[in-house]
This record gives sequence, C-alpha cells and structure tokens, in this order.
Amino acid sequence: MLDIRNLQVSVDGKAILKGIDLQVKAGEVHAIMGPNGSGKSTLVQLLAGREGYAARADAVLYQGAELLGMAAEERARQGIFLAFQYPVEIPGVANVYFLKAACNAIRRHRNLPELDAIDFLALIRSRLKLLGMDESLLYRPVNAGFSGGEKKRNEILQMAVLEPTLALLDESDSGLDIDALKVVAGGINALRSPQRAIVLVTHYQRLLDYVVPDRVHVLADGRIARSGDRQLAIELERTGYADTPAGHPAPPASRA
Amino acid sequence: MATESMQLEALISREYQHGFSTTLETDSVPIGLSEGVIRLISAKKEEPEFMLEWRLQAYRHWLTMSEPEWSTVHHPAIDYQAISYYSAPKARRDGPSSLADVDPELLRTYEKLGVPLEEREILSGVAVDAVFDSISVATTFKEKLGELGIIFCSFSEAVREQPELLKHYLGSVVPYTDNYFASLNSAVFSDGSFCYIPPGVHCPMELSTYFRINAINTGQFERTLIIADRDSYVSYLEGCTAPMRDENQLHAAVVELIALDNAQIRYATVQNWYPGDKEGKGGIYNFVTKRGECRGDNSKISWTQVETGSAITWKYPSVILKGDNSQGEFHSVALTNHYQQADTGTKMIHLGKNTRSNIVAKGISAGHGHNAYRGLVKMAKSAVGARNYSQCDSLLLGDKCAAHTFPYIEVKHPSARVEHEATTSRIGQEQLFYCQSRGLSAEDAVSIIVNGFCKEVFQELPMEFAVEAQKLLGVSLEGSIG
Amino acid sequence: MNTPQASSASYYAAAYQRLSPLLPGGGLGWLTQARRAALARFARHGFPTQRDEDWKYTSLAAIAAARYDLWPAACVDPLAGVVSQRALAGAHLLVFVNGRLHPGLSRPGDLPPGVRLNSLAYCLEEQPASVDPLLLLGAAAAAFADLNLAFMADGAYLHLAADCHLAAPIQLLFIASQANLAIQQRNVLWAAAGSSACIIEQHVALGEGSYLTNALSNVVLEAGASIEHYLLQQESPAASHIATIDVRQQANSSYSSASFAFGAHLARTGITVALQGEAARCSLDGLYLTAGRQHVDHHTCIDHRQAGGTSRQLYKGVLSGASRAVFNGRVVVHPDAQRSDAEQSNRNLLLSDKAEIDTKPQLEIWADDVKCSHAATVAQLDEEQVFYLRSRGIEQAKARTMLSRAFAREMIDRVACSPLQEALDEALREKLRVMSC
Repeated sequence: MLDIRNLQVSVDGKAILKGIDLQVKAGEVHAIMGPNGSGKSTLVQLLAGREGYAARADAVLYQGAELLGMAAEERARQGIFLAFQYPVEIPGVANVYFLKAACNAIRRHRNLPELDAIDFLALIRSRLKLLGMDESLLYRPVNAGFSGGEKKRNEILQMAVLEPTLALLDESDSGLDIDALKVVAGGINALRSPQRAIVLVTHYQRLLDYVVPDRVHVLADGRIARSGDRQLAIELERTGYADTPAGHPAPPASRA
Repeated sequence: MATESMQLEALISREYQHGFSTTLETDSVPIGLSEGVIRLISAKKEEPEFMLEWRLQAYRHWLTMSEPEWSTVHHPAIDYQAISYYSAPKARRDGPSSLADVDPELLRTYEKLGVPLEEREILSGVAVDAVFDSISVATTFKEKLGELGIIFCSFSEAVREQPELLKHYLGSVVPYTDNYFASLNSAVFSDGSFCYIPPGVHCPMELSTYFRINAINTGQFERTLIIADRDSYVSYLEGCTAPMRDENQLHAAVVELIALDNAQIRYATVQNWYPGDKEGKGGIYNFVTKRGECRGDNSKISWTQVETGSAITWKYPSVILKGDNSQGEFHSVALTNHYQQADTGTKMIHLGKNTRSNIVAKGISAGHGHNAYRGLVKMAKSAVGARNYSQCDSLLLGDKCAAHTFPYIEVKHPSARVEHEATTSRIGQEQLFYCQSRGLSAEDAVSIIVNGFCKEVFQELPMEFAVEAQKLLGVSLEGSIG
Repeated sequence: MNTPQASSASYYAAAYQRLSPLLPGGGLGWLTQARRAALARFARHGFPTQRDEDWKYTSLAAIAAARYDLWPAACVDPLAGVVSQRALAGAHLLVFVNGRLHPGLSRPGDLPPGVRLNSLAYCLEEQPASVDPLLLLGAAAAAFADLNLAFMADGAYLHLAADCHLAAPIQLLFIASQANLAIQQRNVLWAAAGSSACIIEQHVALGEGSYLTNALSNVVLEAGASIEHYLLQQESPAASHIATIDVRQQANSSYSSASFAFGAHLARTGITVALQGEAARCSLDGLYLTAGRQHVDHHTCIDHRQAGGTSRQLYKGVLSGASRAVFNGRVVVHPDAQRSDAEQSNRNLLLSDKAEIDTKPQLEIWADDVKCSHAATVAQLDEEQVFYLRSRGIEQAKARTMLSRAFAREMIDRVACSPLQEALDEALREKLRVMSC
C-alpha cells in the first residue's frame, strides 16, 4: 500500500530525513518510534501533503501512485488520513459542519452518494457512541476550547467518520490519561481491517500495549536505525533510545 | 522595585532643576532669517561650497512651505524673523580644539547639569559630544574611539573633515524638502553630532550628545547623522535641557540614522527641555524630525524616548524598513503636566520582506496636559510577510487633561500582519486605595503606578544612562493628585 | 470660473431651479429656506477631496464628475418578484422604488396604536405640523447631507409614541432600477421615551446599472428608548452608495446598529452617534465583504457627551480581488462624560495580494474616569488551518471559503432578528461565491 524508497527531506537547507525505506502492506499496523527530533513527525506530515519541505526520493508510492506533488486534499480523498499531533483550532466553524464537508468531499471522490444531514447525523452518532463521546462536541467550533484529550479524541472521531485506507497517527497517545488512551486505542483497533494500513508515530510504547503493531521501526537522526516486531518496542521501553544514534536537535514545522 | 519607585518619586516631585542660565560672552548673528544670514552661518563655520549650496536650496524650498496644521498642538504664531539663528560661546581662540580651550564657566555649567565632560571624571564608558546653544563645545573619548575607526565628532568638524561621507548620507533619510521644520533646520542648522561606525565594529561605549539652549531669543537647530556600516553596532543617547525663560524658544532638530547590512543602532532620548511654568508661560517648542533607515538586510533600529520636557513636543521618530528582515522599534514615554502639549508617535514604513516592527507608547497626562499618540504603520506591496505589533496606553491623572490616540494603518500586502491595541484609563481608586492601605502615601502610590505603567519603556534605556536619564526626568506631577 | 467644483455646483443649482416646484413640502417656508441654504453651502465647498482628512482614503472623483438625473422616471419594471423574494416573514414592509414609496407593493400590516409609519413625502405634504424642523436639519453640514437636504423627496417617517413597543420588525426595502439616477433618500426614526422597535433598512437593485444612493437617516432616541437598526446594503455592482446616519440619544436609551455591506462599487457609511443623556448605550457592528474593484468605507464617530455612557463597536472585513476597505472609527469622550466605557475593534482578513485596507481607530479623551480601548488587526487566513482542512479532503478554495465564512459569520450570529439572520446568511454565501472566483 505504501512504498517509500530512499526518501530524503530537508527544511530550510537542513536535512531532516536522510534516506528512509519503508514498506507498509494493507492490513498491517506499523509503529514508528524514536527520540524527539528524529524526524517522525516530518515523515507523516510529508505523507499527508504538508508544504514547505524539500523532498526527493527514488519513490514514494501509495497504492502504486506517486504521492509527492499530490495536493493534501487529493491525498485525503485517496484515503490518507493524518491524526495531527497538535490539532488545529478553527473558531467559528462547527465541528459537525466541518466533518460533513470533509466526509462528502471524500464520498464524491469515491463516487458514493453524498450524505444528507439526517444520514450524516446517523453515521456520526454511531461513531460517537463507539468512542464514548458526547454529542454536544459536534456543535462546538473545531477544536476551539477543547481540552488536550478532547482534541485527540476528536481526531479519532474524524478518522472513524472518514474511514481512511492509510491512517497516519502522529503521537495520538501523548498527553492522555489512561482512560482517554483506552478510548483512542479502541478507536484505532475498531478501524483495523485487512483493507487498511495504520502507521502509528509514538514516543512511548504505552499505546502499543493496546494497539499491537505488526512491525516496529526506530527512527534516529533521519534514518530507520532498527526494525523488528513488537519485542523491539518492549526492549526499547527497558533500555531507552541510548543505543540508537543521536537525534536531530529540533523537530521541524512543529507548532509551538 | 523600591529603588525604582524612589527614583521616580524624586523625578516627578521636583521643580525644573536645570533652569539656571550661564553668563558667557557669545557670538550671535543678528535676529532674523535671510539668505544673507545663511551665508553668514556657513562662512562662520568655514563650510565647503556644497554645504552652503544645500542650505540655500533648503531655504528656498522652505519659503514655499507653510507650517503644518494637522497636529493637535496649539501655539501662538511663531515669528521666524524674531529668532537668532546662531549663537556660540566665544572661545578664547577661534574654537575649542581640546577641553583645555573650553571656557571654565562652560565646564562648570555642564558639571551643574551632571554631564561629565572631563574625561578623568567620566562615568565609565560614556563618550559625550556637548552642544551648547548652537555649537558643539567638546567631544570626549575621541582618540580611543578613533583607534577602532569610529568617527565621533561635531557636525561642523565632519563637514570639514568627512565631506565625502557627508555628501553621500546627508539628507538621504530626511531630505531638505521633508517637512516645514526639517527644511528650516536644513537651511540654518548650526551644529550637532556626527557618528560613523565602520564595518564589523561593535562600539564599546555608549555615545552621547548633550544639548543645552542657553542664550535668550535663540533657536536651536542641531543635526545629527549616524551611520552604522555593515555588521556594526552603536548605542546612542541624547539629553537636553534649557534655562527657565518666559519666552518660548524654538528647537527644530533633525536626526538621521542609517543602518547597513546586519547593523544595529539604538537611539535613546531623554528630552527635558524647559516645559514652561505652571501657568503655561514660556518653555521650548520642540519640533523635531527623527528618522532612521534600515537600508541593509537584517539591520535594526530602535528608538527609545522619554519625553518629559518642552511646552510643545512634536516628533515622530520613524523607521523605514527597506532591507529584508530588518527590524524597527519604538518605545516611548511622554508625560505632559500643567499646560504641556505632546503630539508624538512613530511611523513604521515596511518595504522589505519579513520586516518587523514593534511599537510601545505610553502617554501620561496630568494637570491641563494634552497628550496625543499619532502613528502610521504602512505595509507596502513589497512587504511580504511583514509584521507589526503596536500597543498604545494612556494614563490620565486629573479631569482637566486629555489623551488622544490616532493610529493610521495602511496595508497593501495580504501576508502582512498588523495588530494594534490601545487603552485609556485613569489610575484606579481601588489601586490607590490598595497601595494606601499598605501604608503608602498617595504620592508614593501614584509614583509606583506610573512607574509600573512605564516600565516596559524604561527597561529599554541603556543601563549606563539609567541613573543619569532618570535624574534628568525632572517634571513635576505635584498637585496632580486630587 | 470653470473648475470642476464650480461646474458641479452650477449643475445642481440648475437642477434645483427646475425641480423645486416638484419637491415635497414646498409650502413650508423653513424647508425651502433650508434647502436653498444647503445648496449654497454645497456651491461653496463642493465635494470633499482626498486632501480632506475624512476622505483621505476614498476618492469621490467619479461622483463629482457624474451628472446624475435627479428625478426618477416612472418605473415599468416588474417588481413583485423582487419584493416577495426579499420580504421578511412577519415584518411591516414599506417598499421604495427609486427613492419613492410604492404603496402597491408595501404591506405595512397592522400597526399598534402609537406607531406612525408613513412616507416622508406624505408627512411633509399632508401633516406638516407633525414634522419637527430640527429633526430634518440636525445632521452635520457636509456635501452629501447638503445635497440630500436640497433634493430629498421621500423616505420613511417613523414615530413611536412613549412606551410603545413594536414587536415585529419594520422592513424598509429600497429598490433601485434606474441607471444614472441620484436617489436622495431621507429617513426619520423617532422613538419617544421608553419605546422600542427594530428597523431593517435594505438596499437592493434591479439590474446592474450605475446610480447613486445618497441616504440620510435622522435617528432620535428619547429617554429609555431602544432601537435596533439593521443596514443591509446590496446595491448594484456599479452603484455608489453613500449613507449618513445621525443618531441622538437621551438618557438610558439604547441604539444598536449592524451594517452589512455586500454590494456597490463605492460605498461609504458614516454613522455619528451623540450620547447626549446619561447612561446611554450604543453598539455599532459592521461586516463588509469586498471583491473585484469594490471600495467600501466605514466612518463612525461616537460622542460621549454625558456621564456613564457605554459604546461598543466591532467591524469585520474580508477583502478579495483588488478591492479596498477603509475603517475610520472615532470615539470622543467630553470633559463631563465621566465613567464612560468605550470599546472599539476592527478586524480584517486580506485574501488577495491586490486588496488593501486602511484602518484608523481613534480615541480622543477629555475626561479622566474612563475605560476606553481600541484594537485593529489585519491578517490573512491561517495557513495551518487551511492545511488542516485540506488534510481532511476539503479542497483549497473551499477551505478558504469555509474559514472566511467562519470569520464573517460571527457578525451574523450577533443579529437578534432571526428571519433577517437567514437572509444575511444567504447573502453571505452568495458573496463568498463571488469572492472565491
């Protein structure tokens, strides 16, 4: 589903990713771990279509098509979803309106009939229930005034509604208490299917107790330093990232 | 905090302290203005031809102009023919070439004012150029600065010895056609300071000009030109006082700053010209044009001003942000008491990419004082990614004073971001009560609150001058608490 | 003397000679005298130029050069469709066509006792004693006010008796259909002590002709009265719209206006509010959306003359194309107006690199016990937000429209009258569609 060969990315002339190779097949869950500043966020943001990166690669293929150069909204319609590490606040735009616009944009692309308000509400209510979220959240502006946990859960809700083919989750576990973490993990697990691939970016192995990955990669200094199965994450939890090469000092394009 | 408020209390509760005058033999040109007077001034200063020509062009242009009417200040018409345009203390020889040549009476005057001229007595690391009436009387630390290639001298000396630099930069930021008072200054300016910092030099000491008007019926028209070449840095302070006289005296100065690539200029003013008495009689009309140009990329110019003196203050220290990534700053405290009027602010003209400007203006009005902030933030079509933040706060003490805010914001590029905020309030009774209930007198409470109000700006004053500057802030808020 | 000013003065003087027998209130000596005096003032001063501080950013050259017709021809256009499309449910409706009341299309409905709602022409001709000269002559002497006084022929005249509360809104629908016409329209809104009403003033056009609306409203609120005044400007894209609103408020009265500027090539709305009694409150909202080469100018002046007054202003603008907007807000607090509380805010969103905004919020404070603030911002859309929307599959143009709409929507959410809210939302949608292409 996703085939990355020799991906190199720099920001303002500074090399962030220095040759990444990664293959993710449908039905797989991959976890990308690594110290702060190792380039994890850059990788998934680039895949979602954020601009401002200078990227070159032998290939970045998604479902066999070249991804670099494709507009962010086009990628979303093709089924790529990024759960943001810092979800953006959009005052004045109601969550439900935003989700309906996004959902129908994607359905149009898939040649599915657009949902009217009633069908859409039925869909979203079922997803809310699944995630144990309150309906009042729909009528609040997107992420504005949300707590950290609410924002993360709102990202998972969006994922559940938009039903992506490739889900990229950027530190969706950070800042969550254990109950919120279980909700988020439950949402991710509910989405696991043979047709779908999931890439989890996480700093801690905690989330992996609930969402068991097929493969674990350790990113350090812009390269995949090690790859393995779930045992690698457990090992890292014990030993830390000390034996991996030093990370890059500052993560790019992160929102302060 | 405790020392700060004590200082401030001392500042605001004193009468004008610099109101004495000095008896000196002076060399003045006759009252009145004409081409003849301009030729006489130029001749007395032994200026080269290009300088005289420039003055005459400015004078001819000035004759076509009329006094600006747009500001909020009011004053009786100024009779430009009743002013003497040149007054200099008579030196024993032709002019003071070293401190030993300066009239001892004059040195005592500066001593009284707290301006250190004699190098051995100087506060650490301050080089001073003192301008008495119209003439630069002494420049200190000249040799030491010379070793670094820094030129710091009187304007007259620069006219004689640095004609090429002068021809290149004079009037390049404030042309002689700029405005009524700048044109007048260009025609009749008598002296001032000149400073050139060569590439890569970080000026190791604060440079300072100290201005004093002494003679009666004279106008003071000094001109300052500072050039910071590539990668250099300079910090500059200007202080001013004048004797107490019942007549209004005119001060129309021009300051031009030029910062080339990566250069930085900090310019601080503590303006304490005689403000007039409690009934509004006398005082200086301070009509000043100050402008800096960030000509090079990554350059920075910051203006800091503490305006407590003058009957009328009319000045808008501005920055033209021409170089990409250049930065302009304006920090101001303007205090008007009794019948003082201030119409002051800044212009930030953004031309270059990613230019930044920051404006913090604090106005305090007491008595019958009138205080207006007038500012322009302009984002030109070329100012991609430019940013401005402005904050203008006014504090009112008493019910006879006034505070106005007139910001102009003109934006012609969508990636520019401008934020302007302004508040006007009076010292709250609750604030006063809270302070008083902790044992402070009403005066102490006011001084603490005013000090807190101005803190952001006071912090911008160069450290070396903090004490000196605060001593000069001699405006009385006495009687303003009702 | 053949200056432009002299020639436009002589044009209007000749027009007045020709039209004066037709102007309403010809039998009222004070009115004829005032019309002549206004014309003489206009002849002396002419139209303001950009050297005039109040018109620094707005050029009137096109209006000054135009030779408008000053009297409408009979309107033969079918209008019933426009009216039924625009009429708000439940409102007391007066329709004016090219500045004149159209009784056939108007549906004033049942008005409670104490409410007099008429056309100004009718009042001047049939009930001249009911028209207070001071009301009509009160507005500041300025070029457009003078022209309006000289040529005004009709408009709405509303009088609310003391303690009379009008529940349903009054809708004043002004339809312009004649190219090159100057419509000199005058409204009087007079609320006696303790009364209240909601007035919606809407300007629409049939076709895309170039014409001038020069509207002047005199609004008086006696003690404790309350008026909501909505201005919805949807003039033709080639039209010029100059609106002057002169508001006088007595003690404890409350005036709130919201101005929505969507149409016209050149639009200027000037609102002057005098808080003449203690504890009077006023709130001015504004929303302007500009596209193409539109030029929209808002000038406000709030005069706090007595103690305890409160004023609130929030103006928001979204600018696209090569359009230009001007905001000039002035708050004056006079020496006797202690405990005044004034807030003013102007927020602008620039969507294109050819759009321009000039904003000038001003405070003039002559009293010490006051709380005043103003703020102005100019920014573009937050690219982070745009990316977030795009990453959810929403295309760039749509994302930008959504965010612009969210920015503008706040002003519509503040509207209390719900049928109007729907009409405004529709107008906003339509305008954003135009702006995004």
